[in-house]
Amino acid sequence: MSDTLQIGRDGRLRHLLTMEGLPRRLLLEILDQAEGYADGGHGDKKHPLLHGKTVVNLFFEASTRTRTTFELAAKRLAADVVNLQVSASSTSKGETLLDTLKTLEAMQVDLFVIRHEASGAAHFFAQHAAPGVAILNAGDGRHAHPTQALLDMFTIRRHKPDFSKLRVAIVGDALHSRVARSDIHALRTLGTRDIRVVAPRPLVPTGIEQLGVKVFHQLEPGLDGVDVVILLRLQKERMLGAFLPSTAEFHRDFGLTRERLARLKPDVLIMHPGPINRGVEIEGDVAYGERSVILEQVAHGVAVRMAVMAMILGGEAA
Amino acid sequence: MSVLIKNARILDPAANTDTVGCLGLRKGRIDYRGIRAPKAAYDEVIEAKGLWLMPGIIDLCARMREPGQTQKATMRSEATAALAAGITAVCLPPDTRPVIDNTAVVNRVNRIAKAAAGTYVYMLGALTKGLEGQALSEMSALKQAGCVGVGNGLAPVANTLIARRALEYASSLGITVHVVPLDHALANGGCAHEGAMATKLGLTSIPVSAETAAMRQWISLVEDTGARVHFGRLSSARGVALLESAQARGLPVTADVAVHQLFLTDADIDGFNALAHVIPPLREARDRDALRAAVRSGAIGAICSDHQPHEADAKINPFPLTEAGISALETLLPLTLRLVGEGLLSPLQAAARLSLGPAGVLGIERGGLGVGAAADLTLVDPAASWQLDPARMLSRGRNTPFGGTGFSGRAQRAWLGNS
Repeated sequence: MSDTLQIGRDGRLRHLLTMEGLPRRLLLEILDQAEGYADGGHGDKKHPLLHGKTVVNLFFEASTRTRTTFELAAKRLAADVVNLQVSASSTSKGETLLDTLKTLEAMQVDLFVIRHEASGAAHFFAQHAAPGVAILNAGDGRHAHPTQALLDMFTIRRHKPDFSKLRVAIVGDALHSRVARSDIHALRTLGTRDIRVVAPRPLVPTGIEQLGVKVFHQLEPGLDGVDVVILLRLQKERMLGAFLPSTAEFHRDFGLTRERLARLKPDVLIMHPGPINRGVEIEGDVAYGERSVILEQVAHGVAVRMAVMAMILGGEAA
Repeated sequence: MSVLIKNARILDPAANTDTVGCLGLRKGRIDYRGIRAPKAAYDEVIEAKGLWLMPGIIDLCARMREPGQTQKATMRSEATAALAAGITAVCLPPDTRPVIDNTAVVNRVNRIAKAAAGTYVYMLGALTKGLEGQALSEMSALKQAGCVGVGNGLAPVANTLIARRALEYASSLGITVHVVPLDHALANGGCAHEGAMATKLGLTSIPVSAETAAMRQWISLVEDTGARVHFGRLSSARGVALLESAQARGLPVTADVAVHQLFLTDADIDGFNALAHVIPPLREARDRDALRAAVRSGAIGAICSDHQPHEADAKINPFPLTEAGISALETLLPLTLRLVGEGLLSPLQAAARLSLGPAGVLGIERGGLGVGAAADLTLVDPAASWQLDPARMLSRGRNTPFGGTGFSGRAQRAWLGNS
């Protein structure tokens, strides 16, 4: 269902909504194209592929980091960029989400980058967008965060190109995490067979095994022999009392400490979508230690988002 | 006005008979029934060979949206749609706006229903004032004014002591308490069944225990009080098992199911299909199959529409922000007929689940076709082949997941009798 919406009849990427059903060929094409934009090492960071195009960052959820990377990506492709932070209150004044979309569409926007707290929001916008208007999902509720998954895959591939041999552990709040879901779909598409979700039971959504993962409720067996550890951010505000007794207890049982890191493979990759909670999911010096690729992830975020925008909007020229 | 219906297949659940014959009605009452046509003259004679004649359909839960939500639908639009769909009586849950918790509102709803001149409208009174779960409503007055039961709609009665006293009070008045079993803390504002589909779509989920925990609590109180409780809109196999065990122990509990639960599962919400957003949520194939088996056995004695018409905007949003519910009057009979086509129910059983069963729950004299009974009748063409086009629905709400679905069988005509 999702893939018919995001893939055009010609087999090209029309919107990017979810990693679910995104064909391996397109996923690899995005990663390959992102290689051309990564590192900014080739002198000029600017690739004016989207000159004359208009990109609107439509964020219904507060975000600085993600919005900034999307903005930079669009600007480096020479698109005109507008950032709109829409608070829930302005939509409750009577204007529906559809009204918001249609109003902005009338200003001849080519691409909407959308983040919304409701799962399915990006699908909703894609279903109602006018022909020729593209939707790029920057995170919808707990459902999907496809560009985060793409930059995660990009980062992993640079270090460990053979996904079929990987053992990957996703640690922490999988229940609320759109990153976990998108990473799982992407890893599966790339052939990874050993994917683990490691978390206390209240943070593991029912039936997640059916996405092709194994669930562990203890950290040590969950991390045994893994090549990649993806830590998830713990939303402290909504955790306490209801899901977990305390962040300290979570750290005690699931936090990645230096001692625990020392027991992992020497070439293990430590990843985190950010922003990190120091002393909760991860110890500060592990976060920026030599096994961490967390800052690489951030750097790759721009390149991957440039690749996606170029593929959606750039046409044959891309 | 008198009518003679000749050579129909007469499905009479009260008498448990399924025979071909003739039935006459005069002044709103059945005045003849026999194999041959009577000698007496009738204003209209209908040759009904190949058609089924059954007691008028009684829908245990339909929201007509009036009073209070006329942007969604009106009593007139919905009562007309119901009658055209063969439904001769509906039962309103008490969550109109204002809530049906006093006789003034009962009288007002009756006036609106009478003016609409469509299907007959029964109603439940509120179990607690304002459906707030705090104080008992004036159930005796509500009963006197015509309420056929009491309930709290989808609102919780969080305090179990209040719930117990409400049951005691209702039972002392001989009133059935209608419960939609859904524990609010466990339901947690969710919008989908807890399982792989909700997990994949990232939707806040409602576990089966939201239904069973609520059922267990009410069953415990029935064990204490002996009060009659009707569980509405069951959704799960484990809920069915609880119902059956309570019935096996002789407790006075009955149940209904919304017809969509007998066909759809959580697979139908894939792709964020808001038309399949319902509360309680669509669950898994094994739940659907258990509900079907219970309808067949009679443990679930009634199939209802759980009709919830909406304005278009209510479904135009990301899935969790859409309003739950299906506009379902016009698919209640056609879907039930499909259960007959699939061999799950006999035509007589189907007629029973749509008439005698709900009549029993409401304690009303309907569901039979004997001479002298009120002539609430539905004439069904079981072979009519048609396709549901939402744009042509009579209900103001076009929110149905069955748009484009082909059906065989529909109501051809319905008569309202004199009660």
